Amino acid sequence: MASAPQSTHSFASLPRPAGEIAQFTRVRKDYGTVQALIDFTFEVRAGELVALLGPNGAGKTTAIKLLLGLVKPTSGRLAVFGGDPASTETHTRIGAMLQVGRVPETLRVREHIDLFSSYYPDPLPIERTLAIAGLTTLRDRKFGDLSGGQKQRLLFALAICGNPDLLFLDEPTVGLDVEARLLLWQEIRNLLERGKTIVLTTHYLEEADALADRVVVINKGSLVAQGTPAEIKARTAGKKIRCVTELSAAVVRRLPGVLDVGRDRETTVIHTSRPEEVLRQIFPLDLNISGIEVTSAGLEAAFLALTREPNN
Amino acid sequence: MASVSAPMNPAILQRPNAISICVKEAKYEFLKSVRFPMFSVGTLVFPLMFYVLFGLVMGRERIGSLRSSVYLIAAYGTFAVMGASLFSTAASLAAERGLGWLEVKRASPMPPFAYFLAKVIMGLTFSTIDVLALMLLGVAFGGVQLPAATMAKLALTLIAGSLPFCAMGLAIGYFARPNSAPAVINLFYLPMSFCSGLWMPFMFLPKFVQRVGGFLPSYHLSQLALNLIGGGEAGSRWGHWETLIGFALLCLGIARLGHQRDQRAQG
Repeated sequence: MASAPQSTHSFASLPRPAGEIAQFTRVRKDYGTVQALIDFTFEVRAGELVALLGPNGAGKTTAIKLLLGLVKPTSGRLAVFGGDPASTETHTRIGAMLQVGRVPETLRVREHIDLFSSYYPDPLPIERTLAIAGLTTLRDRKFGDLSGGQKQRLLFALAICGNPDLLFLDEPTVGLDVEARLLLWQEIRNLLERGKTIVLTTHYLEEADALADRVVVINKGSLVAQGTPAEIKARTAGKKIRCVTELSAAVVRRLPGVLDVGRDRETTVIHTSRPEEVLRQIFPLDLNISGIEVTSAGLEAAFLALTREPNN
Repeated sequence: MASVSAPMNPAILQRPNAISICVKEAKYEFLKSVRFPMFSVGTLVFPLMFYVLFGLVMGRERIGSLRSSVYLIAAYGTFAVMGASLFSTAASLAAERGLGWLEVKRASPMPPFAYFLAKVIMGLTFSTIDVLALMLLGVAFGGVQLPAATMAKLALTLIAGSLPFCAMGLAIGYFARPNSAPAVINLFYLPMSFCSGLWMPFMFLPKFVQRVGGFLPSYHLSQLALNLIGGGEAGSRWGHWETLIGFALLCLGIARLGHQRDQRAQG
């Protein structure tokens, strides 16, 4: 897989630290008989936001847990800041927002932050953490009395309170409403601007598209593609052909190169990675075809293509 | 392997003081628990209530050669220490392990021992509160008159005796599920208390129950306490301590197995 060039952020005014700060080398992780990651090679570069994108169960969370040293690889090598991902020294430079079933509910927001801040050598002032996470007015609220979105924000606060160089955000915006999600996105961009490195997992394509320098697409434990969002879109050539045709969807679906067929009123929408080839096949079948429009289908179709084609 | 050129962070060299982390961890562990009524009622109110009912209100007669209000400080003291230790450790460990919170902590730079030490400190703290409250009630309302040195030895013995039960709690916490942990604790706690003579004096128990009780750490702790105030069965002090230490080590071994099992599983 060709590695993508370091992309530039429009707001990257500060010089980014260079180099790789975490590497997976042919990592494999089995849970019993289930293969969660297979021959996974991948690196995190300083100052970037890399999004691990994939359907549920693809292995994204496993990759994060390996990077945090919470689980050990079955085989392969793994390094974070050049060292053991499980060591406390490594963790002093890392913040993590994980999916968690239950957080102690009788502690207050500021108490949770105070405790986690105390683990780090150089934490942010608590007021600052509260402000960044938008929790200032909720500081004395017990965790159990927070709404779902507020709970997510506290977990985000715990990830950033130590002022870490590297952040892991596992599905950070799950359960947030649109406004809260946009706010969190802005906070994530601010962190990038301050030179932080962020690894984010998501199954929201627009989230990866909006935030990531680089997208790593995972499916069934394997890395299927990586590159900038634009490259992923272009390379997998998720194209959409819109046309008015007499051919039934079932017929079109059987044509080689067609990934998916939909309908938008009288228009047929064909998802494909090879639009020229598909059109060449359609023309002899339907001489009356009209209204042809070929567009880039966006990350969603690219993702569909990547996670569906068995040997991409 | 590619070289790592991320700048070294000088702050790594000055990690925060592990002791201050432990203190803070214990402080919040304490706040977390006392704000949870199920916990405070179970560990503080029940033993004291039993003592008031059976030691003070109904307790004018003697148990063996001792006033019942004196005897029951040792018996309910052991009962209270067991409960405080088991619930401080097992219930929260099982819940936090099972529902992902321990994982969030493990992903942070918290020194792992701070987490466990905080729970043990909690067990000791609640044991201390229980024991002192029992003694206070006994002295104030039960006519308990013991030399100060004896009182001090009794308190220290009971409080030190909470450690094996903290170890037992960690072992249970590693194997119980979050929702069933309190039930599992009671499944051990209540029968052990009965068989060790904490509810009914040991000498009044049926022979076969006494035989079972002789193997239980709760029996040995209560005998240590009773020996200090002139009650208790035969048996050497060191024998009781050895049993308690052996039991604690066994439990720590089991907890370690559970810990390793967790590491291998989803983690």
